[in-house]
Amino acid sequence: MYNFDVEKPGTIAEAAAAMGADEAQALGGGQTLIPTLKQRLASPSTLVSLRGVAEMQGITRDGDSLRIGGATTHAAVAADGSYPALSALAAHIGDPAVRNRGTIGGSLANNDPAACYPAAALASGATIVTNTREIAADDYFQGMFETALDEGEIITAVRFPIPQAAHYEKFVQPASRFALVGVFVAKFADGVRVAVTGASNEGVHRWAEAEAALSADFSAGAIDGLSVSADNLIADLHGSAAYRAHLVKVMTGRAVSAAS
Amino acid sequence: MPKDTGIGASTVRREDVRFLTGTGEYTDDIVLAKQTYAVFARSTVAHGTIKSIDTSAAEAMPGVLAVFTGEDFVEVGGNPAGWLINSRDGEPMKEPKRPVLAHGKVRHVGDAYAAVIAETIEQARDAVEAIEADIDELPAVVDMNDALSGSNFVHDEIETNQCFDWGWIEDNREATDNAIKNAHHVTTLELVNNRLVPNAMEPRASIGSYKASTGEYTLHTTSQNPHLTRLLISAFVLGIPENMLTVIAPDVGGGFGSKIYHYGEEALVLAAAKKLGRPVKWTADRTESFLTDAHGRDHVTKIELALDAEGNFLAFRTDTKANVGAYLSNFSTATPTFLHGTLMAGNYTVPLVYVNVKAVFTNTAPVDAYRGAGRPEATYSLERVIDKAARELGMDPIELRRKNFIKPDQYPYASAAGLEYDAGNYDALMDKMEEVADVAGFEARRQASEAKGLLRGFGVNAYIEACGIAPSNLVGVLGSRVGLYDAATVRVNATGNLSVMVGAHSHGQGHETAFPQVVAEMLGIDPAVIDIVHGDTSKIPFGMGTYGSRSLAVCGSAVVRATEKIINKAKKIAGHMLEASEHDITLSDGVFSVDGTDKSVTFGEVALKAYIPHEYPLEDIEPGLEETAFYDPANFTYPSGAYACEVEVDPDTGKVRVDRMTAVDDFGNVINPMIVTGQVHGGLAQGIGQALVENTSYDENGQLLSASYMDYTMPRADDMPMFAVDHSQGTLCTHNPLGVKGCGEAGAIGSPPTVVNAVIDALQSGGRNVTHIDMPVTPARVWDAMQNAK
Repeated sequence: MYNFDVEKPGTIAEAAAAMGADEAQALGGGQTLIPTLKQRLASPSTLVSLRGVAEMQGITRDGDSLRIGGATTHAAVAADGSYPALSALAAHIGDPAVRNRGTIGGSLANNDPAACYPAAALASGATIVTNTREIAADDYFQGMFETALDEGEIITAVRFPIPQAAHYEKFVQPASRFALVGVFVAKFADGVRVAVTGASNEGVHRWAEAEAALSADFSAGAIDGLSVSADNLIADLHGSAAYRAHLVKVMTGRAVSAAS
Repeated sequence: MPKDTGIGASTVRREDVRFLTGTGEYTDDIVLAKQTYAVFARSTVAHGTIKSIDTSAAEAMPGVLAVFTGEDFVEVGGNPAGWLINSRDGEPMKEPKRPVLAHGKVRHVGDAYAAVIAETIEQARDAVEAIEADIDELPAVVDMNDALSGSNFVHDEIETNQCFDWGWIEDNREATDNAIKNAHHVTTLELVNNRLVPNAMEPRASIGSYKASTGEYTLHTTSQNPHLTRLLISAFVLGIPENMLTVIAPDVGGGFGSKIYHYGEEALVLAAAKKLGRPVKWTADRTESFLTDAHGRDHVTKIELALDAEGNFLAFRTDTKANVGAYLSNFSTATPTFLHGTLMAGNYTVPLVYVNVKAVFTNTAPVDAYRGAGRPEATYSLERVIDKAARELGMDPIELRRKNFIKPDQYPYASAAGLEYDAGNYDALMDKMEEVADVAGFEARRQASEAKGLLRGFGVNAYIEACGIAPSNLVGVLGSRVGLYDAATVRVNATGNLSVMVGAHSHGQGHETAFPQVVAEMLGIDPAVIDIVHGDTSKIPFGMGTYGSRSLAVCGSAVVRATEKIINKAKKIAGHMLEASEHDITLSDGVFSVDGTDKSVTFGEVALKAYIPHEYPLEDIEPGLEETAFYDPANFTYPSGAYACEVEVDPDTGKVRVDRMTAVDDFGNVINPMIVTGQVHGGLAQGIGQALVENTSYDENGQLLSASYMDYTMPRADDMPMFAVDHSQGTLCTHNPLGVKGCGEAGAIGSPPTVVNAVIDALQSGGRNVTHIDMPVTPARVWDAMQNAK
């Protein structure tokens, strides 16, 4: 680890100001960033810890919408239960240590192509709330580790519409237990959204054909006739692109069957 | 003696108090006065020519005390191979020098070419980044076939990548070839025994220190065998007189073989400590462990089994390429040869065995013994090809094995691979396995799985292995450069308690509990008054350490012999005290009594007399009560077992779940059943890990893709079923005083083929014509195999 300064702002405004420093880096739960620093793979001048920002903590429900503060831990989301599929997803990220430190804002800002939360945000049609604006999930995810966030922009909250039924089905990469393929299915009154994580070189993405088929018939059998192209899917020592393509369909079917 | 304390008692492990309360003392916990820190500069390329190394900027960095490069060690020796293998043509193996720091070339990712010593570890890290190394990358030699066919050499001076081409038993070669040519049926299987990263919980660590006033060196290090490390450093690497070097291996957090060997970092910290006059500590981070600990396995094998029409085995023939990595680690040449080829007759009356092993240098981390060391490779090859043969011949896999088992009345049995098995009863083990595993209930369980959409398979395995490698006279003829005895000193203190100094090293095995059980049983005293001392060459007799499941069979036998000497001398002292002949003295429950009388003295009274020898026959008996014994076994011990595994395979994803795992082992006499069961559990976890998840993957450039826990899968508790473990069918080892065999590696030897056999059975019974999947049998590989079998 290289030397750096630490700022601990108490408000969003203070956090935004601290992020104005040269080579400042926001620190959520640190579950990716701290190991990266330990490996000397990053050298920020200042870490701006968001844990102490009270406005970014906690979960509030407003009708069919759930607002989760950006600094809310996975454990808190897991325990909430207002959006059962989302809580179940959070309950299976990493291990208890990760869930007690890691935050939803940190996960979405990092946008690891195998992370779980991006699938939930995209499938739910969530809104990413930052210190300067609101960004629709469809506009937010822009590829592996790429997002619509500007330099210094902070995710202060995430707003999830709560669907009629939803489920996240994850097939784990056995070493990291990130998603080798994870599929989040969410059924709303106006249609079904399907988001896939872990599989693609372009990061989390929607599966339009499955959405159309499931919007017409929300059953696992509705996707029987579909196939997933292996083009541009990830191939690594844990599985080929063809295997991931196959798993996308299997996990989608299982997510639909389990959706509640 | 109640069986809650002596031999056969499941005594709770006394060492666990410190391990479980965080009060163990590991090398990195030790802080010496004025300690400094070493950090190594390691190659990021697999193969390259070192054109220049400029350390001037690093030397000028804050806190930097010294920078070393390979140049500093040109005049000293190299880290040697401990076993000379001769090729089939009689030529000795190739032994390129393994220097303390790379010189001239770097040969694998992680190969250290420089080291910085600084006041703090962060200063040392900063300075390593300031070293300017001009390394010309060369094409990497990774694949063993490419290595053997190409002219790109890991070691230019030997002009080949083949270390040796070994045949066993060479005189059987032609007869084996003929048996296979003329057989009724030949089953052939090509398989990979996957490379494993040892992953001890505690990374390697060393502290070198030097006392200029006396010339004494001390090395604290993570070693399984401190005397061997001292011998190698003294006699081969640095030339430090043996009596001027103390090696201390304190608490060590697991080794699995990887801490048997001497590594360059140990020599570096000693040399640096002398130069600086201050202690130098190095502790590996996890990445260094992945890149530089000696890896395990990595064989590519073709095996053929010839059978007659009745299913009798006629011959096994194997052709193996064994990866030794970039340098010869200390026992890397023994592992694929004498610890592998000699086991290739298995538990069977097969008359002919021929094993060919070509050891191959590649630009990868060195490969050496890892839990099982050669024997898992042999068992995997045998038990997979036997399973395939059973399927081809339409025979029951259990019956095919039974048909060829050596029978109890055939011992001692000279195997076709050159070993003499002293005792065993493989049918009894198989009977017990069938009972414990409820083989009869499998079909009902299979149908229950099928109803859930899952494919259930049953796999079986019979293994024999060889522990406590010996005797020294024989291994010397076969090329070993060390002896394979062990030693113990039993010191009875004046107040009647005991210190037992042993050459074996405990790094998870439970010696501190089990050895006192043996001594307590022999003396009839409370084991709580017996303390085990190990790991410090200044305190213990010269022993060969712990590996190859040898501690109890070899060092435990030395403990017995030393304790016998104690008893003999104590009887003389008791005889004097009781005015009787030593021959009329009986020791029972800690009391010496004169046969046929009521005269007696306690063990404690005899101890006190030995150290306060008033009214003592000094002309006949020396004062004191301390004895040492060295024990060199007459033969290996031969544990054996019958294992069963049931898996469920998800046909939609290829995911394999181990549902039941049964291990029935013959360990001979069992001293502490709880510890033995724990050893089997650990071995099973590692074996299941090898079979299903552990995947060491180098790319074509020699970069280790699985260099962290993000990509290298360790088996976890939720990958495991509850294990059914039984060791009720022991046959006693005939040649050691306790009748014991080794138990440390059995689980890792017996389980991999059992698991893979079960997976193949699941796929076959589910209508998929899959005959083999290489380990690790990951979901992706199972799915690929199912696609290809369509």
